[in-house]
Amino acid sequence: MSDPVSALGGATFEGFASVREIGPLGMITLRAKAGTAGLEAAVHAATGCALPAQRRIVRQGDRAAGWMSPDEFLLILPYGDVAAALAGIAQALQGQHHLAVDVSDARAVFRIEGAKADQVLRKLSPVDFDRLEPGELRRSRAAQVAAAFWAEDGGFTLVCFRSVAAYVMGLLSTSAQPGSEL
Amino acid sequence: MLILECPYCGVKAEETELSPGGEAHLKRFGPGSSDDEFEAYMFARKNPKGVHCERWRHAYGCGKWFLAARCTATLEVFGTYLAQTAEPPAEIVEKIKAKRPEWKGYS
Ligand SMILES: [Zn+2]
Repeated sequence: MSDPVSALGGATFEGFASVREIGPLGMITLRAKAGTAGLEAAVHAATGCALPAQRRIVRQGDRAAGWMSPDEFLLILPYGDVAAALAGIAQALQGQHHLAVDVSDARAVFRIEGAKADQVLRKLSPVDFDRLEPGELRRSRAAQVAAAFWAEDGGFTLVCFRSVAAYVMGLLSTSAQPGSEL
Repeated sequence: MLILECPYCGVKAEETELSPGGEAHLKRFGPGSSDDEFEAYMFARKNPKGVHCERWRHAYGCGKWFLAARCTATLEVFGTYLAQTAEPPAEIVEKIKAKRPEWKGYS
């Protein structure tokens, strides 16, 4: 099997905050209506996490489960564990209407770190960051493309489509230019 | 600037996070209807200056369609509600009537 490669090969930028592309990261989109029998077991089997509440992301070690919409969850886990997790989900949701897809290679993931990391995103998204709560997963846009982000470990993690990874890296780098602090 | 609270995810979404979907509560005229009814269903829209019930999609967000009652002239929002709603909820109708007694209803 070929080696997994992230979208930008781990590109980095040092400005008033540091930006780095991380990954490859295992990601599963799980679609099932709230209340589906076996849904909690499926999320737990893949991530060890409880079912996240509305707009929340729950973490267990290197795995996480995020609420994306009333019938969509984003499961994050080590890249090599996706196949086993999909099997666990299929077993937990057997006979239930659901969809679970490996989207690891369809996404790019960034970390924005430093005391002023929020300012990098404030310039790019129409989001009230003062009201963003700990553990809140916010879906919005970064300039012209869809993005989801949350605060974690003294910075932010941002997920976007892989096809716009270079665009988002450019956005984040420009937004983090030294001297352009808010 | 228009801000609508998405009833599915609770985000107070700014206009650029949303996609407009035009007039809400359209009655569909399909096979068996007259040409005039079908034409009106396809093309005729109220486009009022004032209270309007609209469809919006939380496009840069949870992706769900929802409905909103707002004023097209002042951008005042009377409320948002689920797409699976055949007519504006009673509490939103009350709110509109209190503020706009001249409003003739959504249909
Ligand atoms: Zn929403």
